[in-house]
Amino acid sequence: MTPSRPACDIEALADDAWLLRFGDTLDPALNAHVHALAARIRSRAPHWLRDLVPAFASLGVFFDPASSPDRVRVELEGIVESMEAVATTAGDRLVEIPVIYGGECGPDLESAAQELGMAAAQLAARHAAGEYTVAMIGFAPGFPYLSGLDPELALPRLATPRARVAAGSVAIGGAQTGIYPRESPGGWRILGRTPRVLFDPEQNPPTLLQPGDRVRFVAIDSAAVAQELA
Amino acid sequence: MTRQASVLQAGLLTTVQDLGRSGWRHLGVAHAGALDPAQAQLANRLAGNAGDAAVLEITLRGPTLHFDAPVRIALTGATVSAKFEGTLVPMGRPVELPAGTLELGALRGGARAWLAVDGGFDVPMVLGSRSTDLRGGFGGVAGRALRAGDTLALGETVVPANATSLRSVPWWIDLHHDTDPHAPIRYQPVPQAASLCSQVWRVSPSSNRQGLRLQGEALPAPAAAGVSEPVAPGTIQLPPDGQPIVLLADAQTVGGYPRLGHVIAADLPRLAQCTPGQRLHFEACDAATARRLACAAQARVARIQWMIDTRLASV
Repeated sequence: MTPSRPACDIEALADDAWLLRFGDTLDPALNAHVHALAARIRSRAPHWLRDLVPAFASLGVFFDPASSPDRVRVELEGIVESMEAVATTAGDRLVEIPVIYGGECGPDLESAAQELGMAAAQLAARHAAGEYTVAMIGFAPGFPYLSGLDPELALPRLATPRARVAAGSVAIGGAQTGIYPRESPGGWRILGRTPRVLFDPEQNPPTLLQPGDRVRFVAIDSAAVAQELA
Repeated sequence: MTRQASVLQAGLLTTVQDLGRSGWRHLGVAHAGALDPAQAQLANRLAGNAGDAAVLEITLRGPTLHFDAPVRIALTGATVSAKFEGTLVPMGRPVELPAGTLELGALRGGARAWLAVDGGFDVPMVLGSRSTDLRGGFGGVAGRALRAGDTLALGETVVPANATSLRSVPWWIDLHHDTDPHAPIRYQPVPQAASLCSQVWRVSPSSNRQGLRLQGEALPAPAAAGVSEPVAPGTIQLPPDGQPIVLLADAQTVGGYPRLGHVIAADLPRLAQCTPGQRLHFEACDAATARRLACAAQARVARIQWMIDTRLASV
């Protein structure tokens, strides 16, 4: 069956931004459509384009405030209508992220495994077995919200968020998994940590991941980290 | 030789800002930039800079700075008590100072002021802007507010200042918008969202550059939000406690709280001037009005810039 193009609502997000909404759920097909639309708009490089914010099921389009919002809207409607339905396989870039699971790096691994009724090693293995998609980057610069978590590994957030989550912490929050780019407060359950730098404003691009990328976690031990950092 | 400003006292929250960052929001990078870009631009033009040079944004109480060489400065925004070596420094006009100490004190009638220096504050450009991203911890001075002991390099200037004592001009620009400060803040509501208009809100002291937090009678808890969506400076969010938050320049790029609408561009600068405890009320407005008011505000700034350029050319 050919999937149909999802319906799109357009509303004002700001005087200089439109919000294009395809739905309000974590649906991989809608998310893939958002990334495809963002790529289509970017490839056309309209002179008014300032910023695109692809989210789970919606896209923010920021334009030059000197241009006519109505004309921008008409152009966006044209692009939306020109899109065919997109297969759910999103990005073609696959990024492997090494993770040290458990111990000091993953303070919630044991308790989370207990809660899910499995051994810590099993939770780590199942988390690392998944293939994820960067559904959205937000919360903080470079923080990837990864879709594709095994639904059996979904975990509620901590009742009281931690004041300090180490940079590189790989965590589960609800039905998603993500990585904290920078030391910050946070309420997700921390399974491990990656030595990779997720956000470096001195680099171009500044993030390890781009929206739509596919991601795999690879379990490593501390010795491998020493090697990684060498 | 590079001129420098040494920070003797930092003030309450003084950050380096320019007109902000574009093009990186898809990676979670906030726009940042001066909370009132027009006032920052005008300060720059008065100091003889391009509008997008880096300025200091001052919050509630200003810093004390020592300049090691003559400078041309300009102050815009809320009225700030300003003294150079004991002499009052006027706002809204170019002022030349010899080397010495500029003491900026408390702000009156608003929460923020902007200080431009000829040549601009020369901090490194990060992702296309010199603005401080406080949440991301980059840009400006090490991604944070100024601290006593910091030194800021000043950029090269076209017409070097060479005053041997404080020297100013007999004209100034009117910094204060002719709108009534008690007029409602206009916003474009999202259909079916709870209305902000039915009560007078108070500005919470926990407001910051990321968001203006409002306090009042809690609005009815909205149905649980779907999934996070893009947000922008001006977005009005309603967290579960029913106390709205209006996002400002340091807004995150996506948010999960239900949205009530957005404050129109023409009224955003007024939010920069809200002081803790201040009362605010809102009025719904349509897109056409928002556009007309934004164009009028732009035209006003353009007129003032033209006036400044004409005057400076004849100095």
